[in-house]
Amino acid sequence: MMRLNRNEMASRVAQDIPDGAYVNLGIGMPTSVANYVSDDKQVIYQSENGILGVGPAPEPDKIDPDLINAGKQYVTLLKGGCYFDNAESFAMMRGGHLDIAVLGAFQVSATGDLANWATNDDKFPPAVGGAMDLAVGAKQLFVLMRHTTKTNEPKILEQCEYPLTGAGVVKRIYTDLAVIDVTDEGLRVRELYGDNTLAEVQALTAATLLPPL
Amino acid sequence: MINKICESLRAAVADIEDGSVVMIGGFGNSGIPMQLIEALRLHGARELTIISNNAGTAEEGIASLLRDRLVRKMVCSFPRSSGSIWFERLYEEGKIELELVPQGTLAERIRAAGAGLGGVYTPTGYGTRLAEGKETKVINGKGYVLETAMPADVALIKAHRGDAWGNLIYNTAGRNFNPIMATAARITIAEVNAVVEVGELDPEHVVTPGIFVDRVVVQKVQQHDAA
Repeated sequence: MMRLNRNEMASRVAQDIPDGAYVNLGIGMPTSVANYVSDDKQVIYQSENGILGVGPAPEPDKIDPDLINAGKQYVTLLKGGCYFDNAESFAMMRGGHLDIAVLGAFQVSATGDLANWATNDDKFPPAVGGAMDLAVGAKQLFVLMRHTTKTNEPKILEQCEYPLTGAGVVKRIYTDLAVIDVTDEGLRVRELYGDNTLAEVQALTAATLLPPL
Repeated sequence: MINKICESLRAAVADIEDGSVVMIGGFGNSGIPMQLIEALRLHGARELTIISNNAGTAEEGIASLLRDRLVRKMVCSFPRSSGSIWFERLYEEGKIELELVPQGTLAERIRAAGAGLGGVYTPTGYGTRLAEGKETKVINGKGYVLETAMPADVALIKAHRGDAWGNLIYNTAGRNFNPIMATAARITIAEVNAVVEVGELDPEHVVTPGIFVDRVVVQKVQQHDAA
């Protein structure tokens, strides 16, 4: 089967981000989506800690220790960008002002439920950050994740086993095998990479997949 | 004459009592009032409830309060960053209470307290474990959770510049939770990089109006900055 690597996965999401979009990228693999958005598009990235117009990493001698993104990495501000407090930042999210949020996930259900903040292991302290706000607020929520866990267990399920971040919030899932839309009819495969077949991808998915239209 | 400038970090925190609810501004290591936190640690008030987005990393900031066992409860959205060894250790030992609040809800509960509201209905967390036991309401077909206002006894915040009236401006993304926390505490103490004359800050650019600020204390110059 054809499995995309991390960079190829991020690059695939980047293709679907339109010119002029306001976008929030989650911590980890989603952050790298920005590296693959083509230069002919102008996309404005929001960072939950209070930045609109996040730019690339600074030169080592130009670091401002206060200027970090949600993943606590040093960033820069693009010309025309601005700063604001956390209440205003989350008003942008909940108020439906962001066009797209791209988040990682532990599990996604057949009806677009998202689980990405806690497992069922109580030994570790839970952490939620801005995930629940983004989940309910962004106009479109894209999930970017591997299709299966490291031990090959499906991450797309009829029902999530882990605690929910939000119910019915995911619009589209980008995995290393396929792109899948969450629709009223169910999970509709939008794209299969390479020669991957519906049957092969279905075998690694614990929810029914509908064929591409 | 209004003069909110406090002569020392130590004096600025001297009346913080045991059991106080203390908001601490910052996000990661950005916009954190590190020197006020150190003054609070040396002051030694115990059984504190700390409201802050994160729980500190390594031995610094909030982590140093945890290490010295001065904190009874943490209210935050993301306590588990890489290097949050002290929070993780106390959590595993069952020595600290955690109230986990989604980040936007944390911001809005703080804002509500500062704005004199009893709380807000937010869609965030509806239908999840973090809404269990809370009042919910369907408004125009959409589910919301009632989140109550979260006031504090003291807010320790970090700003870039401040004046004797308590007007503040911030540095880049160091703003984060600082302006809203300034509004929500009985006593707000601001650590600033430098104090400027009243009238020097452009009134169009003042981010936190002085009415919200009780004390302004200037950072001590660090050894490595002076070199």
